[in-house]
Amino acid sequence: MRLPIRSAAALAALSMIAVACGGGNGDDPATASGADDNGAEAADDPDGDDGDTVELIDTDEEVGTTADQADLLGAGATFITPLMLEWVRDNEPGIRVNYQSIGSGGGIEQFLSETVDFGSTEAHLNDEEMAEAREIRGCDPIHIVDAFGSVVIAYNDPALDEALDGEDLVLDAGTIAGIYSGEITTWQHPDIAALNEGVDLPDTDLIPVHRSDGSGTTNIFTKYLDDENEAWSEEYGFGTEVNWPGGQLGGNGNEGVTAETQAQEGGVGYLSYAYAVENDIPVASLVNADGNVIAPTLESISAGPSEIIDSIPNDFRFDVLGVGGEGYPIVGPHWVLAWECGYEDDVAASMIDFFTWALQDGDDNATGLLYAPVSGAFQERVIAEAVNRINAED
Amino acid sequence: MTPPTTSPAGSERPRLAPTGRRHVADPIFKLVAIACATSVLVLLTAMIVRTTIEAWPVFADQGVIGFITGDLWDPGQSRSEVTGTYGAWPFLYGTLKASAIGVLFAVPLAIGIALFINEIAPAWLKRPLTYGVEMLAMVPSVVYALVGIYFFRIEIWRPIGQFVADSPLGVIPLFSGPVTNSSYWAAGNILAIMILPIITAIVRETFAQTPVDERLAAYAMGATRWEVMRQVIVPRGFPGIVGGTMLGLGRALGETIAVAFLIGASQRRDGSIFFAGDAVTSLIFNTFQDARPEGVWALLAIGVTLFVITMIVNVVARLIVYRVGRTVGDAAV
Repeated sequence: MRLPIRSAAALAALSMIAVACGGGNGDDPATASGADDNGAEAADDPDGDDGDTVELIDTDEEVGTTADQADLLGAGATFITPLMLEWVRDNEPGIRVNYQSIGSGGGIEQFLSETVDFGSTEAHLNDEEMAEAREIRGCDPIHIVDAFGSVVIAYNDPALDEALDGEDLVLDAGTIAGIYSGEITTWQHPDIAALNEGVDLPDTDLIPVHRSDGSGTTNIFTKYLDDENEAWSEEYGFGTEVNWPGGQLGGNGNEGVTAETQAQEGGVGYLSYAYAVENDIPVASLVNADGNVIAPTLESISAGPSEIIDSIPNDFRFDVLGVGGEGYPIVGPHWVLAWECGYEDDVAASMIDFFTWALQDGDDNATGLLYAPVSGAFQERVIAEAVNRINAED
Repeated sequence: MTPPTTSPAGSERPRLAPTGRRHVADPIFKLVAIACATSVLVLLTAMIVRTTIEAWPVFADQGVIGFITGDLWDPGQSRSEVTGTYGAWPFLYGTLKASAIGVLFAVPLAIGIALFINEIAPAWLKRPLTYGVEMLAMVPSVVYALVGIYFFRIEIWRPIGQFVADSPLGVIPLFSGPVTNSSYWAAGNILAIMILPIITAIVRETFAQTPVDERLAAYAMGATRWEVMRQVIVPRGFPGIVGGTMLGLGRALGETIAVAFLIGASQRRDGSIFFAGDAVTSLIFNTFQDARPEGVWALLAIGVTLFVITMIVNVVARLIVYRVGRTVGDAAV
């Protein structure tokens, strides 16, 4: 009895293998012909003749894609992602952009290794990276400023909120640096008391929260402290990641910093402005370079960049520092990185169309998401001197 | 059809009779098996050599000892040379500290579970309990991380930590406040839960291997159940406990996501277990994305260091478990 069953099983197994192999072999011509179809289709595409292609691809014609358009691939800062996604969704040239939100460092890496059409970062390339970039592609990388973001100081202390009674907590660069370097451990420190006269400050122990991941937000924040506070500059400097002192918490991303700040009384964290507003977190007003107390609002964060526009260098590698007047002081630009040469014509055309549109017509998206847009004379300058340089050397 | 009476004999003959195929199959199978076995070694060597080469500039610049004992991690922005300072100690310290807390909680718990399942539990409860412990091993670590973040650390671990820090024990630097939600303590506790299944499995296996003669002899001499467990089963299973602990430790050292979520990423060494620190895995997880090339080398260097530590722990564990296998029979693994 066992033999027939065994052989039957063996036979069945064998035939299954045979079927599987046969299936595989049978598939091959199919895939090959599929590939052929794709090839043919790609070749046809420039004529806009999609012929036998599947419906899915056909529907795109409704968006008004023109023949010389290409899809763009970009990667970089997470900070700009919400705005970039809206631009991608709304842009009138109808260019399809795949933006990978992988962080500024990753954006620079991918840009320099030429795996993306454009990079995106909150920290401009340094001289070494500029030199290496020239070697890689034989022409200049271009920094296109597309928006400004700001960083706010959020805190969590119900006792302080009560003491402030609707007023804003006031801090300056010195006290922020003091909190983050561990020298100021309670609100009752004389420096903070001097800035908040008439407020009965509680003696909550402060726990500073910083970003544990490398981040452009950290870069903007530490650059401000580095510029304003000598002790900070000597000890910690600036960067997307700095050597934080002990006694602090780290949080991954704006979400992580918010979570850690809100998890304990006395938590103090720095956040991207849009994030703090969306989540309705109490934030401090800051004393700017002219000694004015400024609360972060869309107007005050836009005011900073417009004050220094005349001093921005030709390669657009600059920082927004020493903001006075009505400007909120912790502001940083965001850049798209593009090349001066080496693009396919259709890619270059799409890049120019997309970023020109974003700068000219994307302002509402930016303000809606609480970024300060690039506007006025500066906008014209960016389009003329940066966007239009894309592939100009080719 | 062959008559039923002859079929059993008929079925045996072809299997045992030498066929031509056997002469070919054996050497081929041997070759395939050797290739499979070698591939593991090749893979391991390739990984360690490759990462060490990539990380070499950092080791060369900081010195291997300087890299391991350095207390400052201050990454530079360069693309071609090492400009920052890289000291891995705060992270190695955090990894070891959280793992030690995990092991400290998991091992007694595992021994208790093993004794209960093997010796005390009624027959109908043994299987569900065993499966229950094994289920813990199947939960993805990111789920542990989330449960830890939103529930355990807030509802249980922090209050306990606060209680200890406020008690007279709080005078000892190791237990002093302030107590934060994310801390070595929280990370250690989640690790305890995560490594519990593997330790329990091995400890249970070795306990089950206690020779029946010895056990019965002890009972015959009037020992109570407790005395048998304490004086026969646990001493017999001791090497298994050590082996299981080391395997658990190996897993704890390498756990990434749950630790990254719960350790607090403070990047500095803190004396207390109730404050935030950082671990090797969470440093890599957190900063890899935005690291410049020299930062990536440094992360590879610290990765290699952890790899070597984990390997040492695992080799020691295997050696111990192997010896258990010889003394107690086919005990574990």
